[in-house]
Amino acid sequence: MEEILTEGGLRVGWVDFGGIRKKVCLDYVPEVVVGDYTIVHVGFALSKIDEETALQTLEDFRAMGVLDQELESEEEAFARAAVAPQSACPDGSCSAEVQKAIH
Amino acid sequence: MKYLTEFRNGEIAQRMAREIHSVATRPWKIMEVCGGQTHSIIKNGIDQMLPAGIEMIHGPGCPVCVTPLELIDKALAIAAQPNVIFCSFGDMLRVPGTEGDLFQVKGAGGDVRVVYSPLDAVELAVKNPDKQVVFFGVGFETTAPANAMSVAVAKRRGLKNFSLLVSHVLVPPAISAILDSPGNTVQGFLLAGHVCSVMGYWEYPPLAAKYKVPMVVTGFEPLDLLDGIRRTVIQLEAGRHEVENAYERIVTFEGNRPAQKLLAEVFEVTDRAWRGIGVIPKSGWRLSADYRNFDAEERFHITGIHTEESPLCHSGDVLRGVIKPAQCPAFGKECTPRHPLGATMVSSEGACAAYYNYGRYISAEELAATGAISR
Repeated sequence: MEEILTEGGLRVGWVDFGGIRKKVCLDYVPEVVVGDYTIVHVGFALSKIDEETALQTLEDFRAMGVLDQELESEEEAFARAAVAPQSACPDGSCSAEVQKAIH
Repeated sequence: MKYLTEFRNGEIAQRMAREIHSVATRPWKIMEVCGGQTHSIIKNGIDQMLPAGIEMIHGPGCPVCVTPLELIDKALAIAAQPNVIFCSFGDMLRVPGTEGDLFQVKGAGGDVRVVYSPLDAVELAVKNPDKQVVFFGVGFETTAPANAMSVAVAKRRGLKNFSLLVSHVLVPPAISAILDSPGNTVQGFLLAGHVCSVMGYWEYPPLAAKYKVPMVVTGFEPLDLLDGIRRTVIQLEAGRHEVENAYERIVTFEGNRPAQKLLAEVFEVTDRAWRGIGVIPKSGWRLSADYRNFDAEERFHITGIHTEESPLCHSGDVLRGVIKPAQCPAFGKECTPRHPLGATMVSSEGACAAYYNYGRYISAEELAATGAISR
């Protein structure tokens, strides 16, 4: 949210969508102030993103499975790597392409 | 963009998928209700990351897809009238009616316009006092606040030349209808995050309890979807059936109260026909008595509509989750996004369009059988 004004009796704001600025109606989110992030649908802000919760969720996600991996024995890690798909490409030509590009 | 890209992290996605593999001991069928989630699942290959037994069933949450053919035909008839400016979201233009679509009406001289917001249509009404401006307002609970505001503003400004061709549909009655249907196989639901951003999720605990199915409020990014699926599988494996919120950064239990207040004022509950599914009792909103004079159906009195669906199109089976898009005989042959037979191939939320655009010409099971992907 970059700027908030009143227009035709409605509370509206300029929102930056990753580089594109658009004017949206803020009547449903009276709590939103400049600097907040919001969900916008067809020109209406519907919900303020709770940044603290967003960061906590990401933290929880990052922690997920990390412990399992640390506890995993070397043998198990090798066994998993052996069966894990290396490429979605059936004949391996895609990974060859990638290697060429790297060298 | 902030709070989007972080939720697309591939490494964490792999770890989440591994956790789903480790907790799943039996096959489960989980429905994502929302078409936006269907697109994200297919685009990101989320379904291909899951254990073989975990099947995602694509739900009817594509508003354009479930808009009844009769209403599309009414839209075509109204848009073709002189002195009418017919406004719609872009999705609707190529949806086939019985005869033609809105693009063809525009090609034949009709004033059909694509707008970004229903408020843009209100502005058009202010600027064109000698024209009737009609906005084609379809959608689930997510779009309803925008349409409600447009008529509220039109009423406040005393506009006599603005009306809404409205067909709102609601998620909870659709979930009930799916679970009540005799052949139902769905065992758990991902609830549509953006619908819940408006409505909250207070409507769902009675449903989860009645039908004994877990429901998880879920977002749209890959990590959100995997987390929603993970939580649903954990509940299914434990025999629990609760409503959980996996989209806490956006959704609260009570939802958006100011929006719910205006919705209750502008709309009232009504029975709705869902294209491909049939009439579901109390499954939609129409304009309430106070706003009825903004109803385009009342204003234009279109009669004599005889609807006829394409005999080749199986979109009803797709919308009910009975078949996957690639199993329809017309998929990718007679029916493509350029020449769609049904709305599911048109909309950015339609399951057929998702399968076509992301190259899912064969089913995930068939793909697995070729050995191209390992699960």
